[in-house]
Amino acid sequence: MLAHRKQKLAIVMFIIFGTAVAVGLVLVALEEGINVFYTPTEVSAGDVPAGQNFRVGGMVKTGSLKTEGLDGAEVNFITTDFCNDVVVSYSGPLPDLFREGQGVVADGFIDEAGIFRANQILAKHDENYMSAEVKASLDAAEGQDAEVCRQ
Amino acid sequence: MIPELGNFALVLALSLSLLLSVLPMVGVYRRNELLMSLSRPLCAGIWVFMLLSFACLAWAFLHDDFSVAYVSRNSNTLLPAIYKFTGVWGGHEGSLLLWVLMVASWTYAVSLFSRGLPLDILARVLAVMGIISVSFLLFMLLTSNPFDRLLLNTPAEGSDLNPLLQDFGLIVHPPFLYMGYVGFSVAYAFAITALLTGKLDAAWARWTRPWTNLAWAFLTIGIALGSWWAYYELGWGGWWFWDPTENVAFMPWLVGTALIHSLAVTEKRGVFKSWTVLLAIAAFSLSLLGTFIIRSGLITSVHAFAVDPERGLVLLTILLIVIGVSLFLYALRAPVVKGTSSYTATSREVFLLINNILLVVSTAGILLGTLYPLLHEAINGEANMVSVGPPYFNTIFLPLMGILSVFLGVGSISRWKRTSVSYLKEMLVNVAIASVVLGVMVPLVVTREVNLPIFLAVSLAFWIVFGIVRDVLDKSANKASRLAGMKSLSLSYWGMQVAHLGFAVIILGICLTSHYSVERDVRLAPGESISIRNYEFIFEGATPQNGPNYQSQAGVVTVLKNGRDYLTLHPEKRTYYATGSVQTEADIDVGFFRDLFAALGDERGGGAWVVRIHLKPFVFWIWLGAFLMAGGGVGAILDKRYRARVNAHQAAASPAATNLAGQVS
Repeated sequence: MLAHRKQKLAIVMFIIFGTAVAVGLVLVALEEGINVFYTPTEVSAGDVPAGQNFRVGGMVKTGSLKTEGLDGAEVNFITTDFCNDVVVSYSGPLPDLFREGQGVVADGFIDEAGIFRANQILAKHDENYMSAEVKASLDAAEGQDAEVCRQ
Repeated sequence: MIPELGNFALVLALSLSLLLSVLPMVGVYRRNELLMSLSRPLCAGIWVFMLLSFACLAWAFLHDDFSVAYVSRNSNTLLPAIYKFTGVWGGHEGSLLLWVLMVASWTYAVSLFSRGLPLDILARVLAVMGIISVSFLLFMLLTSNPFDRLLLNTPAEGSDLNPLLQDFGLIVHPPFLYMGYVGFSVAYAFAITALLTGKLDAAWARWTRPWTNLAWAFLTIGIALGSWWAYYELGWGGWWFWDPTENVAFMPWLVGTALIHSLAVTEKRGVFKSWTVLLAIAAFSLSLLGTFIIRSGLITSVHAFAVDPERGLVLLTILLIVIGVSLFLYALRAPVVKGTSSYTATSREVFLLINNILLVVSTAGILLGTLYPLLHEAINGEANMVSVGPPYFNTIFLPLMGILSVFLGVGSISRWKRTSVSYLKEMLVNVAIASVVLGVMVPLVVTREVNLPIFLAVSLAFWIVFGIVRDVLDKSANKASRLAGMKSLSLSYWGMQVAHLGFAVIILGICLTSHYSVERDVRLAPGESISIRNYEFIFEGATPQNGPNYQSQAGVVTVLKNGRDYLTLHPEKRTYYATGSVQTEADIDVGFFRDLFAALGDERGGGAWVVRIHLKPFVFWIWLGAFLMAGGGVGAILDKRYRARVNAHQAAASPAATNLAGQVS
C-alpha cells in the first residue's frame, strides 16, 4: 500500500514537474515569439520600442514601389494607413499577391536610419480577403482626424 | 435538374441520419433487436445518398453549370477537367460536402467491418456517428448549401478556381486530411459508447485501435501532403510555417498519437481507461475546433475561405455541444471505467504515460500559441494586435520532442508491468554510447564542424534507430534462425518499429535541412549565375508561354555540378486569365540527399528577375519519415488479432483479459 502511494506520489510529482517546465517554456517562448502589430501612425509617432521586432501594415502606396538603383534583390515601398507612411525595405521576391493599392503586412524592425527592414512580407492568399490587422489599421486611421489625413 | 437531385439526396441523407441517431438508441434501451439492427442498412443508405450528392456536384462542375453558385465561384470553362473535378472540394461548401461524405464512409465502414461487435454496442456507436452526420448535414443545408442556384442572373463564365489549388497537391491533400479528421469521430463514437455502457475492457480497446490507427495514418499523410504542397506550390521553399491552419491539423494529430499509445496500454493492461476516453474525446474535439477556426475566418490564415459570422456561430455551437455533452457524460461515467492493474515505475505503462504527458503538453502549448492572438484581442481590443511567430512554437515544441525521443528509446524496449533496471541498462548502455559518439562523429566527418542542435538531433535519431535494432535482435534471438525469429514477431510489433523509425527519419530530415540549407534571393540578368557549394545555377532568362488557362513566364535555370552540365530547372510565373491572379510555380529537382529548388520572384527590368535558389539537404526525409509513420500505423492494423472476430464474451475468457474483466463491471 505504501509502495503504491509512493508510486502515485512520484507520478504526481512528475506531472507537476512537467507542468512547471512547460509553463516556464511557454513564458520564455511568448517573450520572444510574439510580434505586436503597429499601424503606420503609431510607428511615426514613435510608439515602437527601439530594436524590437514587430509588424506594420496598411495599403501599399500607389507608385511607391521602387527597385531601380538598389542592390541585388532589394526593393522599397511605402505602406500607409492614409494618415502616415512607413518606408519598408525588403530583400527578396515579393509575394504573388503583392500589389500597389492593396493590403500588406511586413514583419521586421526599424534600423538606425529609421527605415523599416522587413524580414518577411505577407500578402494574403485570397484576393478578396483583407487581413484583420490591415483592416484594423485602416479603421484606426479612419477613427482619427480622417479629414486631415485624406486631404 | 441534376443539382436539384444532389440537393434532394442531401435531404434524404439528413433524414436517414436522423433515423440513425434515434432508432438504434431507442432499440438499445427497449432491448428491441429489430430497431438496433436497422442501424446497418441506414448507414448504407446515408452513404449511397451522400455519394450521389457528391456525384451530382461533380457533374455540375464537369458540365460548367454556372447556375450553381458554388460552381460559378470555383470553376471556369477553361479549367482543365481534372481541376474541375477537384474544384468540387476547392471551396467552403464543397469541402464540407466532402467532409460529410467522409463521415458517411467511415460510418458505413464501421457497420461493414464490425461483425464481431455485439449488436447493442454497434448500435450505440453508429447512432453517435449518426448524430455527427445530422449536425454537419444541417449546417451544410442551412448555411452553406453547395447546390444553391443563381437562376435569374446565371453567369456565362465562372470566376475560376484559386490558382493555388490548381495543382496535384489539392487533388490528394484535403481528402487525406479529412479522412484523418473525420476518422477520429469513430474513436469518439466508441469512447461515448464506452461511457454509456460503462464497459471499457480489452475487447473495447481492440475494436477501437484499428479505426484510430487508420484515422491517424490518414491524418499523418494528410499533414505531410499539406506540408509538401506548401513546399512546392506556395512557392517559397518552406515546409512548415506554424500557421494557424497547420497548427489546427497538427493538434489532433498529436493527441491522436497520444491516443494510439494510450489505447495500447488499455488493451494490453487494462489501465489508463478514463484517460484513453478523454483523449478520444479531445482528438475529435480538436478536429472540430480546427474546422471551426479555419471556416469561421477567425484567425488570419491561408485557408480562411469565407469570413461569415453566421457559419462560425453554427460551427461553434456544434463544437460546444460536442465538448459539453461528452465532458458531462465523462464526469458522470468516468469513475465507472476505472482500471486497477498495478505497475511499477520502470514499466512500459509509465513510459507510455510520459509519452502521453509530453504529447498533451505540447498540444496545449500549440493551442495556447494559436489562440493567443484571439485572447489578446478579446482583452485588449483591436489596438496593437499580436501574432505569435515560429520562435514561440519552436521553443515549446522542440525541447519536448527531444525529451520524447529519449523516452521513446527506453519505452519501446521496456516491458509491461515491470522492467528491471539492470535489463534496461544491459539493453541501452551500448545504444546510448553509440548514438552519442555518432552524434559527434557524423557531422564532424561530413561538414568538419558540429554544434549543439545538430549533435542532439543526430544522437537522438541514432538513439531511436539503434534502440529499434537492439530490440529486434533481442526479440529474434531465441529462434532457430534470425530470419525465423524475425518472422515470428507480430505485425503490430513491426508496425510500431517502422513508425518509430519514421520518427527518427523526420528528426534527421527537419534538423539537417534546417541547418544545412542554403537559401539565396538574387537578382539575375540572363546569363548571370550564382554558386552554392559545388553547384552553379545559371539563369538563362524567362520567355512567355501559353498554358490552357494561363500565360506564363517560363524561366530556364541551368545547373552545373562541379563545373559539369547537370540538369535544367524550369520555374514559372503564371498569370491566370480568368482572375488575373499571379502564381509562382517553383521547379524542384527532388533527390534522396538534397533538393535543388528554383523559383521566379518578380521581374526587375531588363530581363532580370529576382530568383530564389535553394539547396536543401535531406528535406525529402521529412516526408519519407511521415510516410513510414503512416505505413507503420497501417501495418499494425493488419495484425491477425484484429482480424479474429472476437466478441466481448470470448475476449473476457482469453487469458490476457481475465484479470481485467472482473474489475471492469
